Amino acid sequence: MTEEDYSDSYIEGLLASVKTVAIVGASPKNVRPSYFVVKYLISKGYEVFPVNPGHAGRDICGARTYGSLADIPDPIDMVDIFRSSEAALQITKDALELNPLPKIIWMQLTIRNEEAATLARKKNVQVVMNRCPKIEYARLSGEIGWAGVASRKISARKPKLAKGFQRYGLS
Amino acid sequence: MKNDEPGFSTLAVHAGTKPDPVTGARATPIYQTTAYVFDDADQAASLFGLQAFGNIYTRITNPTTAALEEKVAMLEGGTAALAVASGHAAQFGVFHTLLTPGDEFIASNKLYGGSINQFNHSFKSFGWNVNWVDMDDIGAVRAAVTAKTKAIFAESIANPGGVVTDLEAVAKVAEDAGIPFIVDNTMATPYLCKPFEYGANIVVHSLTKFMGGHGNSMGGAIVDGGNFDWSATDKYPFLSQPRPEYQGIAIHETFGDFGFAIACRVLGLRDLGAAISPFNSFQILTGIETLPLRMEKHCQNALEVAKFLEAHKAVEWVQYAGLESNAYHKLADKYLKNGFGSVYSFGLKGGYEAGVNLVSSVELFSHLANLGDTRSLIIHPASTTHRQLTDDQKVAAGAGPDVVRVSIGIEDAKDIIADLDQALSL
Repeated sequence: MTEEDYSDSYIEGLLASVKTVAIVGASPKNVRPSYFVVKYLISKGYEVFPVNPGHAGRDICGARTYGSLADIPDPIDMVDIFRSSEAALQITKDALELNPLPKIIWMQLTIRNEEAATLARKKNVQVVMNRCPKIEYARLSGEIGWAGVASRKISARKPKLAKGFQRYGLS
Repeated sequence: MKNDEPGFSTLAVHAGTKPDPVTGARATPIYQTTAYVFDDADQAASLFGLQAFGNIYTRITNPTTAALEEKVAMLEGGTAALAVASGHAAQFGVFHTLLTPGDEFIASNKLYGGSINQFNHSFKSFGWNVNWVDMDDIGAVRAAVTAKTKAIFAESIANPGGVVTDLEAVAKVAEDAGIPFIVDNTMATPYLCKPFEYGANIVVHSLTKFMGGHGNSMGGAIVDGGNFDWSATDKYPFLSQPRPEYQGIAIHETFGDFGFAIACRVLGLRDLGAAISPFNSFQILTGIETLPLRMEKHCQNALEVAKFLEAHKAVEWVQYAGLESNAYHKLADKYLKNGFGSVYSFGLKGGYEAGVNLVSSVELFSHLANLGDTRSLIIHPASTTHRQLTDDQKVAAGAGPDVVRVSIGIEDAKDIIADLDQALSL
């Protein structure tokens, strides 16, 4: 399966199957895309573990930051990589050393590493490349349409409202 | 694994318009509100910081308008859209995002007269300098590119002449120059032509015309093709550079392939203010649902009327790409699916006077300055829409003294023809 072929149901299934997400390369700066993703995923109920050696021990959006994946005390369902395509290989290798194994290796928009993807798939770990989980969640829930962005989805069913104003969830 | 793509008519009805999540209302409600209550202070901060999707103030986003935006984006095959108050506002928004004072852009010399005015006068006062080019000559387009050129602009079917632009050839010039190609797709609508399929990067619309289709609501749209790398150079600082308006967010890096539409919204519309009314968005949404049906009838009627005019003794020529005799018929065959549009011009043997006489003698046709209405419309551009242009510009724009422009409606063709026949024989 190439990155262009991820179906909506595949992505939605993945996002619905995870509870804990490690975000490698998360920034404490509130204008960086990685910060946006940490904040958004927390607001959607995920337990987020930022990974950033330069910021270890401090908080990003109230979540404790770790120096490496191995330092995280809880089992991680999904590793989201906010680093370069080259760096994604070593991060994937580190992720595949975790016990228990993560279910998903996710590489952000513009990040692709086929070698890393092959290693992960060999261990039955699902791979997503060149996508943003925030954009995908917002697209599949319908929230992204509030900004005039094409969800590429049509439905005559009532959208699923999440708690509070202006919040959608996944069905 | 790939999702099945719904067809155009299905998208026209359903895209962007899910049932209302609270009431279950099936038609998209008119959210006639200026502002939106925040969930809490943190959500408010997230919205203002562009960290979350959601509504703050109807000048920037509105749920009724958002449904329209998503529908237009999906019909064009773009990544996102921004709806604004008019087609002119859409053009202003696009160039405001692309250009800084001293920059240049290339535009086809066959454009809607209002756009020629906008580019020649208002834009010049911002220091945005237009270079007019005859796009029938691709060599001339290529030769007009300078180090300061930031974009190329054309209409897919040009108003009023019925000229068809060689989109692929112009897109190639833009691609080679590393600049975006902007196409005004108002006259064709995505039902006839999807410019992104031919390499365009941005599409603009006057939704007032065929998209809304009933001549009752002003609106415009900017559609992001999601196919231009804004960060490849530093030519487009609104997209590629950290923005002081948002504490240093770089829009393209943050929003990826829908960054252009976001930039037009949060850097353009937010400050320029040409927002569309939610009521107009609702009217246009309703209109678009029947776009394919209306366009079929418009195009069918237009061809029948063009054939009638071509054979009429008072008519010197008919400039309609649907006629096999037309110079643009080959290009039209390539770029226009499902029909050739319903706006075109013809020349009267009797010149300026005959033009004025015709628009004064019709009964069914409405004499007014619009197009893309259910009703058949007629105008004499030299005395109205193109009046401000010099004589040379008028001729270059296809609006010489003998020219009459029609926008053929969806009445019965026999009645349209009978009206023209009686008026031409007076």
